[in-house]
Amino acid sequence: MSAVGQSASRAAQPILPRGLIKTKNRHHTRRITNLAMLGMTAAFTLFAAIPLIWVTVYTVMTGAKYINVEFFTELPASVLQGGGGVSNAIAGTIIITLIAMTISIPLGILAAYYVAEKPNTRLGLVVRFATDVLAGVPSIIIGLFAYGILVKPLGTFSALAGGVAISIIMLPTIVRSTEEMLKLVPRALREGSLALGAPDWRTSLVVLLPAALAGVVTGIMLAIARGVGETAPLLFTILGNDHYSVRQIVQSGVESGMTPIQILRELVLSPTDALTLTMYRYSQDPFPERVQQAWAIALVVMVFVLGVNILTRALTARRLAGRS
Amino acid sequence: MKENTASDKPAAAAAFRKRSSRFQLLTQHGDVFWRGLIAVTAIFVLVLVLAIGWTTWRDSALSREVFGLSFVLPTADASWNPVTDTYDAWPLIAGTIVTSVFAILIAAPFSIFIAIFLSELCPMWLRTPANFVIEMLAAIPSVVLGLWGIFVFLPSVVVPVGHFLENTLGFLPLFQGPIPASGSSRLAAVLILTIMIIPTITALTRDVLRAIPDSQREAALALGSTRWETIWQVLIPASLSGIFGAVILGLGRALGETMAVTMVIGNNTVEASGSLLRPGATLASTIANQFAEAVSPMHSSALIELGLILFVITLLLNMAARLLVYQVQKKVPTEARA
Repeated sequence: MSAVGQSASRAAQPILPRGLIKTKNRHHTRRITNLAMLGMTAAFTLFAAIPLIWVTVYTVMTGAKYINVEFFTELPASVLQGGGGVSNAIAGTIIITLIAMTISIPLGILAAYYVAEKPNTRLGLVVRFATDVLAGVPSIIIGLFAYGILVKPLGTFSALAGGVAISIIMLPTIVRSTEEMLKLVPRALREGSLALGAPDWRTSLVVLLPAALAGVVTGIMLAIARGVGETAPLLFTILGNDHYSVRQIVQSGVESGMTPIQILRELVLSPTDALTLTMYRYSQDPFPERVQQAWAIALVVMVFVLGVNILTRALTARRLAGRS
Repeated sequence: MKENTASDKPAAAAAFRKRSSRFQLLTQHGDVFWRGLIAVTAIFVLVLVLAIGWTTWRDSALSREVFGLSFVLPTADASWNPVTDTYDAWPLIAGTIVTSVFAILIAAPFSIFIAIFLSELCPMWLRTPANFVIEMLAAIPSVVLGLWGIFVFLPSVVVPVGHFLENTLGFLPLFQGPIPASGSSRLAAVLILTIMIIPTITALTRDVLRAIPDSQREAALALGSTRWETIWQVLIPASLSGIFGAVILGLGRALGETMAVTMVIGNNTVEASGSLLRPGATLASTIANQFAEAVSPMHSSALIELGLILFVITLLLNMAARLLVYQVQKKVPTEARA
């Protein structure tokens, strides 16, 4: 037996050992390639974390040096005087965000109902596609759009135009997240409500919406964070306004006997400012104090945007953990 | 039975009741209005996209009439001159394409590797923080990144890298110096864009990879593949069209990115050289930089036409990318999605 085996292996020797050696080498190269490439994926991931950490840490450290109470409460002072704050921009950002919310939240939720309920109809598919496309439209073009439909016809830069532009930016996020959340609501819940005789709209608003509410709110918060961080569409819709102050507008309105609606009109239809816009303007400013204030604004915006993101993530994680 | 015995009058009343109850069924519950309402809002989203295109088309009429097609065609003596009111978009289109394409060339391999790590190799405990980092990177507002770019990134990274490229590869027209002392250059825009689109491409590629059923991985490993071979020879080919879609979406984002690019690119609309180390301008950066100050109707019309060009390009790219990504999602067997 062994003789036969030996002779067989001897006969095969000219081919086999070479093949064996080759396989052994190949085995090594394969192992090394494997380790090298896997290591590279990890290294690249680490590398991607650098800019995030760098930006965050630098912004927090620099911004913290220049932030103070005046920063939040005062209007901008002249550069020669020094000091002053950005209360105009804070008020403007709040007003613009409120306008954007009043437009995009109802529209976004209603459109999401349609897309969630009729996902495979032709219109449902087209609208879903349009939502995705809208999310990809560069924000500066949305600014041009708001300029074309509001600033030009009204003849004035206004918080309204800025709010409308931001609402268009928030809309796709709200539609898509609400749609996903509505689809997660168990079918039985919906059927139960319909079986009890509740019409579709009541089922949607009183049963489905509360069931999906946590997720819907999460989506809205993320959309707001995105809207607050936006700058490009505000450049030529709100223009910037160093003197924008809600208190002053309301006061002078009351003194001159305007109705509340007129005062509201004044608030919404006058040029205003925004934190991100001020940051952009100040970053181009030759005066170091302006640049310092730009860093302080960057800190505020970063804390808000990253804070909302972290908060929603934590809430979602807890909700998912609680469910399972 | 009852209806048979009843006289004409009650029959008519019953018919009327039947008719009105059908009407009530439709209206009283309010469902007709509800369905109408949600359909109208859904259509509104669609109309919005069309309206954006239509508005930019309408408002750029003046520039389109005067300059015609030569506005977008390559010319040797391109100018962007608000004083003489002559405008050519070609250098800006070229600037946009050059910065975005170079950003994609750097970001795509990076993102694919990161996505591989996140979906295939990352240990469970690291998964949440690693995904968190990528998503936070996407959440940083563009203007903050621009501010950091001007005061931190340009002096500490872009200028040294620029000098290095100038000294080693300066003989190529692409890396002809000198780089401005501030560092504001196309290179700066490329690097900032790279940082901004890595999260986009990574997240989508990761999802595409995750959608591949585990049976594919197990089969490849059982046949004796190493993990890398499994990834490179099985998973990547299977998800290629999805990855392609992700890269195109990243390109779309890079093309339209405004604030950070405007802040670091130097906004030089007349720079003739194609060098990466020289300041330049993109479509979006020119609109952002000049629109609020545009006085002549021709100037603002030309700027809006830049917006129109950008809109058309990003629209086409987005549609192509979405269709690719949808296709992948449709192809994936249900087993994998659960």
